[in-house]
Amino acid sequence: MFSPHDDPGPSFAELLRRVGLEPPAPASSLDGVLAVTHATTVVAIRYADGVVMAGDRRATSGNLISHRAMEKVFAADRHSGVAIAGAAGPAMDMVKLFQLQLEHYEKVEASALSLDGKANQLSTMVRNHLPAAMQGLAVVPLFAGYDQARHTGRLFQYDVTGGRYEESNFASTGSGSLHASTVIKLGFRESLNRIETVDLAINALFTAADDDSATGGPDLVRGIYPTVATITEDGFERLGEVEIAERFGALVEVLAAREAPSRGRLPETSDDSGDDPR
Amino acid sequence: MSMPFYVAPEQVMKDRADYARKGIARGRSLIAAVYDQGIVICAENPSSTLRKVSEIYDRIAFAGVGKYNEFDQLRIAGVRAADLKGYAYSREDVDARSLANQYASILGQIFTHEMKPMEVEILVAEVGQTRADDRLFHILYDGTVMDEDDFTVLGGEAEAINTRLREAWSDEFDLTGALRASVTALAGPDRTLGAAELEAAVLERTDARRAFRRLELDQRAELLG
Repeated sequence: MFSPHDDPGPSFAELLRRVGLEPPAPASSLDGVLAVTHATTVVAIRYADGVVMAGDRRATSGNLISHRAMEKVFAADRHSGVAIAGAAGPAMDMVKLFQLQLEHYEKVEASALSLDGKANQLSTMVRNHLPAAMQGLAVVPLFAGYDQARHTGRLFQYDVTGGRYEESNFASTGSGSLHASTVIKLGFRESLNRIETVDLAINALFTAADDDSATGGPDLVRGIYPTVATITEDGFERLGEVEIAERFGALVEVLAAREAPSRGRLPETSDDSGDDPR
Repeated sequence: MSMPFYVAPEQVMKDRADYARKGIARGRSLIAAVYDQGIVICAENPSSTLRKVSEIYDRIAFAGVGKYNEFDQLRIAGVRAADLKGYAYSREDVDARSLANQYASILGQIFTHEMKPMEVEILVAEVGQTRADDRLFHILYDGTVMDEDDFTVLGGEAEAINTRLREAWSDEFDLTGALRASVTALAGPDRTLGAAELEAAVLERTDARRAFRRLELDQRAELLG
């Protein structure tokens, strides 16, 4: 037990510091010295009932794929979720610590943090991680939740310094975020329903995977699909594999119809390519 | 040179125990009872904000009677110990027995070494996969730990309430049965307790990670009928 003047209060991170369990920052840059596993593209989109969060499943180290089934979208607590991109090890640890921090606060204080409080908490954690980010272990999360006071979904984007930016409609982070957010930007409308939003999210991830080698697409051989979750008034809910597979099936059908094979469309494979002696 | 008066250790311990017991007897009592689908903890508590019963970890609850600030300090120490253990090892490694032992050593240490013993009795309850795995640890102001089976009563009138509940007890109780029997035993023959004068929570034997759930006023009223 702590005496009143050095009591860590409801903060779990502070408690870890007091008992010496805080993870150390690396002493020198790891860039090019050790291969660090990286997690890639995640997105969050606001819709009529709350927020959809989705993320691909690939983790890479350098040009190698180190994991095909990594989870990047997590429930932070009952009404919020966190998605990660960046150095996988510290990112997973940050998520674990963030989940614990929210639950710890709730138990000690006998009431949950507000959504803004949770977003700020994550901001502090990202900022405290800055020394490690400087050594090449950057972690950039997305945070989204259902605000029970305002009855709406809200989402937050971060930068490596802990900067917290609330986005009104959608957010994306990770190596494929440029492609993903372009797709979402073009497809976003006010008050999308659940299915439309899920379709938009998987379309964004598919496009990111198409153009970014570090982002994984649906793996039909192993049956591994991106993670999709909804956060509504009823809480955080992960979509079942079957439903995600079904939505991807529909998307692939649409895309395949658009790319109907026509003879001679790809110059290298056509019969009448340039080197054909006529 | 003045000599301190000699006081026999027996007398010191007896005085401290009397002091602690008197403090505890001033507060109201609390019952934790096992039912078919979990454990219900029910306390006489007119306040709806100052809690006697709370969550420690996924399947572990805490309850205290006596001096509020003292058992609340113990509650927070328990949450910290459990969360730290779960963080350092794994969530399944956090168990009520080790927590009860930690509480016992804190209370024992304070009882023998400090001026004033803690005027509290606490409970650490854990719901298991089956009824046989349910645990109720009742810990006294001096660090004595008791491992109880069906139910346990904390507080000043524990003996009388214990007798009343034992008479009404059935191993077949569901939540309604266990809660009604507990409330009747808490109230005694001369009065009745309404839903508003109670605080109640359950540890449910579910697949969900967090088993602890408070019974709000309307739920208590419905269960009590």
